[in-house]
Amino acid sequence: MFKIVKRQEMSQGTVILNEIEAPLIAKKAKPGQFVILKANETGERIPLTMADTNPAKGTITIIYMVVGKSTALFKDLKVGEGYQDVIGPLGKATHLEKVGKVVCVGGGTGVAVLHPITRGLKEVGNDVTCIIGSRNKGLLIMEEHMKAASHDLRICTDDGSYGHHGFVTDVLKDVLKGGDIKLVVAIGPVPMMKAVSNITKEFNVETMVSLNPIMVDGTGMCGGCRVTVGGKTKFACVDGPEFDGHQVDYDELMLRLRAYQEEERKCHQDYCTIRDAK
Amino acid sequence: MSETAGKKAQIGRVAMPEQEAKIRARNFLEVPTGYTVKMAQEEASRCLQCKKPGCVEGCPVGVDIPGFIDLIAQGDMTGAIRNLWGKNALPAVCGRVCPQEVQCEGKCIVGKKGDPVAIGNLERFCADYEREHGTGELPPTASATGKRVAVVGSGPSGLTVAGDLIIKGHDVTIFEAFHKPGGVLVYGIPEFRLPKAIVAQEVNFLERLGVNVQCNAVVGRTVSLDELFEEGYDAIYVGVGAGLPKFMNIPGENYVGILSANEYLTRANLMKAYKYPEVDTPIPLGKNVVVLGAGNVAMDSARTAMRLGAESVKIVYRRSRDEMPARSAEIHHAEEEGIELFLLTNPTRYIGNANGRLTGMECLRMELGEPDASGRRRPVAVKGSEFEITCDLCIVAVGSGANPLLTSETPDMKLNKWGNVHADEKNGKTTKPRVWAGGDIVTGAATVILAMGAGRAAANSIHDYLTLGW
Ligand SMILES: Cc1cc2nc3c(=O)[nH]c(=O)nc-3n(C[C@H](O)[C@H](O)[C@H](O)COP(=O)(O)OP(=O)(O)OC[C@H]3O[C@@H](n4cnc5c(N)ncnc54)[C@H](O)[C@@H]3O)c2cc1C
Ligand SMILES: Cc1cc2nc3c(=O)[nH]c(=O)nc-3n(C[C@H](O)[C@H](O)[C@H](O)COP(=O)(O)OP(=O)(O)OC[C@H]3O[C@@H](n4cnc5c(N)ncnc54)[C@H](O)[C@@H]3O)c2cc1C
Ligand code: SF4
Ligand code: SF4
Ligand code: FES
Repeated sequence: MFKIVKRQEMSQGTVILNEIEAPLIAKKAKPGQFVILKANETGERIPLTMADTNPAKGTITIIYMVVGKSTALFKDLKVGEGYQDVIGPLGKATHLEKVGKVVCVGGGTGVAVLHPITRGLKEVGNDVTCIIGSRNKGLLIMEEHMKAASHDLRICTDDGSYGHHGFVTDVLKDVLKGGDIKLVVAIGPVPMMKAVSNITKEFNVETMVSLNPIMVDGTGMCGGCRVTVGGKTKFACVDGPEFDGHQVDYDELMLRLRAYQEEERKCHQDYCTIRDAK
Repeated sequence: MSETAGKKAQIGRVAMPEQEAKIRARNFLEVPTGYTVKMAQEEASRCLQCKKPGCVEGCPVGVDIPGFIDLIAQGDMTGAIRNLWGKNALPAVCGRVCPQEVQCEGKCIVGKKGDPVAIGNLERFCADYEREHGTGELPPTASATGKRVAVVGSGPSGLTVAGDLIIKGHDVTIFEAFHKPGGVLVYGIPEFRLPKAIVAQEVNFLERLGVNVQCNAVVGRTVSLDELFEEGYDAIYVGVGAGLPKFMNIPGENYVGILSANEYLTRANLMKAYKYPEVDTPIPLGKNVVVLGAGNVAMDSARTAMRLGAESVKIVYRRSRDEMPARSAEIHHAEEEGIELFLLTNPTRYIGNANGRLTGMECLRMELGEPDASGRRRPVAVKGSEFEITCDLCIVAVGSGANPLLTSETPDMKLNKWGNVHADEKNGKTTKPRVWAGGDIVTGAATVILAMGAGRAAANSIHDYLTLGW
């Protein structure tokens, strides 16, 4: 078992942080890599990016949004309990290089995924601006972390309850107009990554996104995670999860993410009904 | 001799009792239910006990076939299984899945005039009998040598290496990427052909002998081969299988509803998605299913789809029946269960709707031309023969290649041009010192028994190295 040593609710209980004992993975993991977790014998294999690692303590941290049955099950795990299986580190690590001015854009739980990458980009000597957004103030996560990981943090909320009133893309446009941005990293919901990529294309700025297709093994043996990048089929778990944002077929990705929508909805509903009855 | 062979052939082979096709096509229970003691002894008596047995030549690991069959005939079931174990560590598996018709049974003399002796059925009988009635007594192991061996991959080849070396007194740890050991035996071959409880028992047997099984260990990611050496392992065996799905590379392949057989079967078998929603992993339920390919993997996919309630299941294959690579028993079972064969048919593109979901595929009729490099007649498209098949689920089972995850992290281990590990045919040595390899990662997708044979050869070589030096 992989024991949970710390658990925290964020974003009004819709987002959960778990710090988990996984010494082998903690030792090897690099920013941008993910793990696959399975709660129990009948559980599904769920991919989640490592938001942080502590090699000395032998722990990894995941931050996830509760969206369906499996993440609801994860949410119910307490400190001292744990995951039956944790597999990783998987995926390619982010290529961290000093290029100059960099903008990191995060939405929703994408912010958690963005955090180690932002920190890494700063550590290698880039000038890092960070733009993070959420629907409202209460849903915002990791503000303090992101402030520490970047030189300049901009916050947006859809309803204007905090920071800039509007989308991260509005702020991004302004920053890009300021000029000389060498790289944009965008991680969040697929429509957000698509919108960011469309804007940066206009400004001709290299853009990196992290894709989250449905996965099974995470080792390149099933092909379930295929995405089209630059007209070619790629397996996100081994060729990614990070890709050139200007080359990704986002529309296909969105359709593929809905493959099990009906099953998932029902499964989640049943789980909540049974849990709430207890 | 041939006169007796003729007589034995006339007696006729004892039929394997099976679930009836209509019933089994909708459940996941094993199809053949196994011989009784009486049936096994009756079948055993058909064996002529040849002095120069062809059957043994036909078996890639040289099982002493007349020997174990004679022990069954005498009623010494314990002796029979001990005899089998001498050459084959997984008789319960091989008896069920070996392509006997082209191996042992294909060379049986009785088969010249009628049905060959049912060697596979008898092998399975011995293993099942031992499981149900045996003492569970462990074979003796040599005293500890203090040498440590890492086995990467827990498929049949890795399990064989682990079993052989633990008995020789070495300390063995298996590293498996998935959360359950067994390789294709657990994630690929379905329950109705190889019950998972049997695989679990084989693994448990190794654990009782002292093998340490570490799941969730993706070698190349969680730990590298060099790090294993740094940790003090003296030798490593790489048996990671052929885990890279091939697709058709035709337009529309990323529509929802098109899955590799690896994904489909992993969901069904390893994740037990056929029990959904009792388990959390879903599997797409197709009404009209097409399976591309005609090997064992294709048959397993088609028969799984049927059991999950499909209205129609079609196997689409570009060559003819004679070239179908699946075991003949599987093709026969599949047809009995109502699976249709669309032979000499080749898909050219997938058709989808506005939601990106598969609705059909366009195919071309083929005819057989001149023989190609494989010696099989090359299928050529018939011009203008396009037609459409309606389907909402397509499972692509057109082969699998070498997964580069481990090998790309190990540059000093030489590969061939297809990415398979280059290993000495006789002993499994790779170009990386103290690393051996075998099974599908070396040969490309092959068979359980060949993977086990490679494992045994490598285990002998590893033992020699550990006791005598490289
Ligand atoms: C490499 C990778 C890294 C990821 N990192 C994180 C992370 O750090 N934090 C986080 O909150 N989420 C992350 N995800 C997404 C996460 O895996 C899914 O949210 C999760 O699988 C949903 O499981 P569920 O059973 O709770 O929901 P389900 O019932 O399976 O799905 C509920 C809803 O979520 C959608 N969904 C299903 N699978 C995915 C998926 N893989 N990605 C996105 N949406 C999905 C479905 O379309 C459905 O509408 C990552 C995904 C990948 C592939
Ligand atoms: C659906 C299907 C049906 C088949 N039917 C038959 C049949 O009827 N008869 C027959 O003889 N053969 C059959 N075969 C072929 C047979 O199963 C294979 O030839 C055999 O399993 C190969 O054994 P192996 O030990 O080389 O590899 P595998 O059985 O593939 O096992 C390899 C193991 O290594 C693990 N692994 C991979 N990469 C890593 C890594 N980096 N780190 C750690 N572990 C790793 C994998 O997860 C897997 O568990 C079938 C194959 C399939 C897919
Ligand atoms: S191992 Fe396979 S080929 Fe050999 S005797 Fe047994 S069934 Fe036949
Ligand atoms: S199985 Fe067939 S070939 Fe083998 S010894 Fe018996 S009769 Fe002879
Ligand atoms: S998740 Fe199976 S290949 Fe990527």
